[in-house]
Amino acid sequence: MAQGHREAFALAAWRREVSTAAAPALHADALSLSFGGLKAVSEFTLALPPLGLYGLIGPNGAGKTTVFNLLTGVYRPDAGQVLLDRERIDGKKPSYIARAGMARTFQNIRLFGELSVIDNVRTAAGVRTRSGLLRTLVRSPLHVAEERAITERSLELLDVLGITHRREEQAKSLPYGDMRRLEIARALATEPKVLLLDEPVAGMNTIEKHQMRSLIEELRKKFDVAILLIEHDMGLVMDICEQITVIDHGVTIARGTPKEVQGNPAVIEAYLGVPEDNDPIPRPTEAPHSDDAEAEA
Amino acid sequence: MKSLQDRVSALRPNPIAAAGLSLAPFVAAVALAFVMDAAIGPAVGATWTKILLDVGIAIVLAGSLNVVNGYAGQFSIGHAGFMLVGAYAAAWLTFYGSIHWFDTKDTVGGFMGNGQLLFLAGCLLGGVIASVFGIIVGLPSLRLRGDYLAIVTLGFGEIVRVLGQITARQPKNIAVIQDQSMAALANKLGGAEGFSQIPGYTRLFFVYAFAFILLILIYRLKYSSKGRALLAVRENEIAAEAMGVDTTRAKVVAFVFSAFFAGIGGALYAHQVGAIDPKELGFQKSIDLVIIVVIGGMGSITGIVLGATILVVLPEVFREFSDYRMIVYALALILVMILRPQGIMGVQELWELPLWRKVTAKLSRSQHGGAK
Repeated sequence: MAQGHREAFALAAWRREVSTAAAPALHADALSLSFGGLKAVSEFTLALPPLGLYGLIGPNGAGKTTVFNLLTGVYRPDAGQVLLDRERIDGKKPSYIARAGMARTFQNIRLFGELSVIDNVRTAAGVRTRSGLLRTLVRSPLHVAEERAITERSLELLDVLGITHRREEQAKSLPYGDMRRLEIARALATEPKVLLLDEPVAGMNTIEKHQMRSLIEELRKKFDVAILLIEHDMGLVMDICEQITVIDHGVTIARGTPKEVQGNPAVIEAYLGVPEDNDPIPRPTEAPHSDDAEAEA
Repeated sequence: MKSLQDRVSALRPNPIAAAGLSLAPFVAAVALAFVMDAAIGPAVGATWTKILLDVGIAIVLAGSLNVVNGYAGQFSIGHAGFMLVGAYAAAWLTFYGSIHWFDTKDTVGGFMGNGQLLFLAGCLLGGVIASVFGIIVGLPSLRLRGDYLAIVTLGFGEIVRVLGQITARQPKNIAVIQDQSMAALANKLGGAEGFSQIPGYTRLFFVYAFAFILLILIYRLKYSSKGRALLAVRENEIAAEAMGVDTTRAKVVAFVFSAFFAGIGGALYAHQVGAIDPKELGFQKSIDLVIIVVIGGMGSITGIVLGATILVVLPEVFREFSDYRMIVYALALILVMILRPQGIMGVQELWELPLWRKVTAKLSRSQHGGAK
């Protein structure tokens, strides 16, 4: 009974969102995923409009990266669906989803370490080629043209990200900030409609953060992408995101503009804990009380 | 920013020039192979011709293995299995085919005569059948990696060897053979005794034509988006998938391509030795090929050529040490692994080495200076 109510509510919420944002670039609807008995993500819903810049925040271990993995097909959701430009992509392979138009960066950088910087970008750009193995081996005119186009576009991408001077270096030898830039360049090379950035400024200094911030805003216009951003740097998120979703323990606890989210008591609680009378040190909660609560639920 | 496909039409090469650039290397490869056969072979004598044949076949086998082990990073130690499949298929066609169509067990015709055409067909058949087996081995590799895949490929090599050993006896009487259809002869591959009296069609021309063509193809593969996709699978499979590389497909393609040339290598080998002994093409042979790839440098084309040359020539040069030569050989391997664990060339090519760049830069500068 309660389940039915919740579904009806979710459906109504979903319809509302669809009607306000005409044809979102990315639409996640009530995505859920459990690992064994642990609910990693429950009923995650998001409608990212074309050219939107949304944020996804939450305390450590809240399930943000798991959401990215669900959206990009690394994990298969137990329930819910994902629409990329109206096409259902949940349950598809990550490579299919990438070709359908969603690219990502990784929180724990995953570059092709032994390859040069430009080859990292070229590899991703290769997704948009049409020539197969046979054309490659005989170097048909189409293949030659495509390889030229790959190099041309990759160089432009390196230029936008400001790492042209490192193009022949091995990716694994780059300084940390440039690795993050290369991750973004590589993701953009796949010509995405939606770009997922997983902590793009983690480990960067103030100047680098500032550069990255203007870069992210620039990318939207230059590449016509909608961006979903995971970031722990609240200053950055509050500054540039149009809408923010806050999750904790896999559950969406708030959604709205930066201002709305900042004032939301549930968000403050998730980040700072519950203010408990005058006791500055959190005490263990009384066992009988929580048992009762569980029995009621 | 302009998308890739929007740029393509503006960047199309002149079709005539493109056709030339596409075909010229193949023509040069065949011409060079012909020169090796017609001039270099007679000049160096029978012993060195045999060594050159061994080197060429080793290049075909190790070069093809390199696509799986070096590019795609899938550790296969069953390459001799593909070789054996190709050898059997080709030998079946040339031995029984000669008897059926030419009424003889000997080689027939001169350069590009009927016999050699039959042999060429046998090589291609060996390649095609081996690549079918490549699909069969490629499929489990989708789920396995590292040591686990190595064991599967090892098992594959052993299965092929054992299957070869339990085939029926090879009839050798011409009349008896002519009584049976080619299809009926398909399982009469000699069993544990081996398949013998294979006509000796292998010569420098065929070996080096295939070797050079393979080198051209793997060069083109390496410097293309298909090849980079394989390298991406080796470097980071999760990231490769996320960037749109269908890793499943890439791995199967690598196995199929690799098996095709391993099959051809096996066919060349069988028609050089004149017999197939399944015991000879077992685990040890696979390991020999892996050693060439590792010593030369995984993923390096020039490394493979160097590795194949050194590891084939070395035991021949040390022949005077007789029984001790394998110790010398093993010591040489150990030394290389201590001094250059990444192989002689590492992942680089000759033309990517700093020394090579310096020399070519100096040469072009001095030419430029001389012109002034």
